[in-house]
Amino acid sequence: MLAKRIIPCLDVKDGTTVKGVNFVNFKDAGDPVELGKRYSDEGADELVYLDITASLEGRDTFVSLVRRVAERISIPFTVGGGIGSVADVDRLLNAGADKISINSSALRRPQLIDDIANRFGSQVCVVAIDARQLPGGDDWLCYVKGGHEPTSRHLLEWAREAQERGAGEILFTSMDHDGVKHGFACHALRQLHDSLSIPVIASGGCGAMSHFSDVFARGMADAALAASVFHFGEIAIPELKKYLAAQGIPVRQDI
Amino acid sequence: MSVAIVKYNAGNVFSVMCAMKRIGVEALVTDDPEALRRADKVIFPGVGEAASAMAYLREHKLDEVITGLTQPVLGICIGMQLLCSGSEEGQARCMGVFSDVEVRRFSNAGRPECKIPHTGWDTISVTDAANGLIDPALDGSHVYYVHSYYAPLSRFTIAATTYLLPYSAALRRGNFYGTQFHPEKSGSVGEDILRKFIEL
Repeated sequence: MLAKRIIPCLDVKDGTTVKGVNFVNFKDAGDPVELGKRYSDEGADELVYLDITASLEGRDTFVSLVRRVAERISIPFTVGGGIGSVADVDRLLNAGADKISINSSALRRPQLIDDIANRFGSQVCVVAIDARQLPGGDDWLCYVKGGHEPTSRHLLEWAREAQERGAGEILFTSMDHDGVKHGFACHALRQLHDSLSIPVIASGGCGAMSHFSDVFARGMADAALAASVFHFGEIAIPELKKYLAAQGIPVRQDI
Repeated sequence: MSVAIVKYNAGNVFSVMCAMKRIGVEALVTDDPEALRRADKVIFPGVGEAASAMAYLREHKLDEVITGLTQPVLGICIGMQLLCSGSEEGQARCMGVFSDVEVRRFSNAGRPECKIPHTGWDTISVTDAANGLIDPALDGSHVYYVHSYYAPLSRFTIAATTYLLPYSAALRRGNFYGTQFHPEKSGSVGEDILRKFIEL
């Protein structure tokens, strides 16, 4: 049976791993390649590396990091952050990334999704969506620039458009839940699941192992992504997998 | 031991090269027919679209080179599918090593909870214990899949998996082997399989 995926996310700046709490304050969490290798050895199913470097020199550092990750790690990994063109994607895939994730650039120019999917296939194209719930309802507004700038697009309609244009997966981060550690946005995730035919990766909000079982059982997510609970050793992946298996959730434990 | 990786327009060639390096093998990436024929082992990887990949292989006459190889050959993902007789993807006519195996597209009609592509870690069940590539001890292990098209079960099936329906996770005909999953991305289980292939 297809296993639910556990995905540690590593934010990388100038070659080191950092994790933001509610996207603002950062605290160092180690070397990205070795941290990724450790997670892979512990049973992580995939890794996500997000480049939060602004400078152009930083971009080159990131590409060489991607190459080192590909050489060292034997599980799939996605890279994202600042990808704005097919040429950027080409460079990262050539360096060994399995998938790329685009966010603000896709909202600014949705055609980018078609261009990437047509050139490299849908399976490489993850569309990341940061959204915040509008007051008094079920509606979510999409944000760009690391969650700093609202757009006019709504979560479900944008996710559906991304799928139609060729996205292979949707990575949804609830900005309301991110960093708060009270659990994932299960209701919105369930709505995404019901309106899409591509896999959904849940992100933002986990603080306990029960949040992962909730996001799979109630949110119907295909994968769950987290950062600080792993980086700071609050949840260990082998124990998490055991816990989920005991709840009847299919996970991969042979590593 | 010399290992050649077929260079063509549907590649995650670098990932396969890295995986070989992790098990201590320096692989040569080439589209030179002589180098491919001379290698002890040939890997035919792939991430891409069947019809355009076949068009490229025919244009460069690599299809004849590949089907004529006599040493162990391992097709991965689309590489395996291109060794089948044909594919619904772009209505491609393929190389026909796995003769009469027609690759089809998944349909999740009535099962919308099963997303397409089949993406992630799923199990293998070894159906032919003497297959030489996948140790029967790996039965039930998880490997990494990403695909929207599948090879139905056939007389060449050596391992199966079930997603929407039972289908081939791996095929073998003589010196030709194929895996639908990506051993180069399947952690230690994948490394076991690649090592077995190198030792054939």
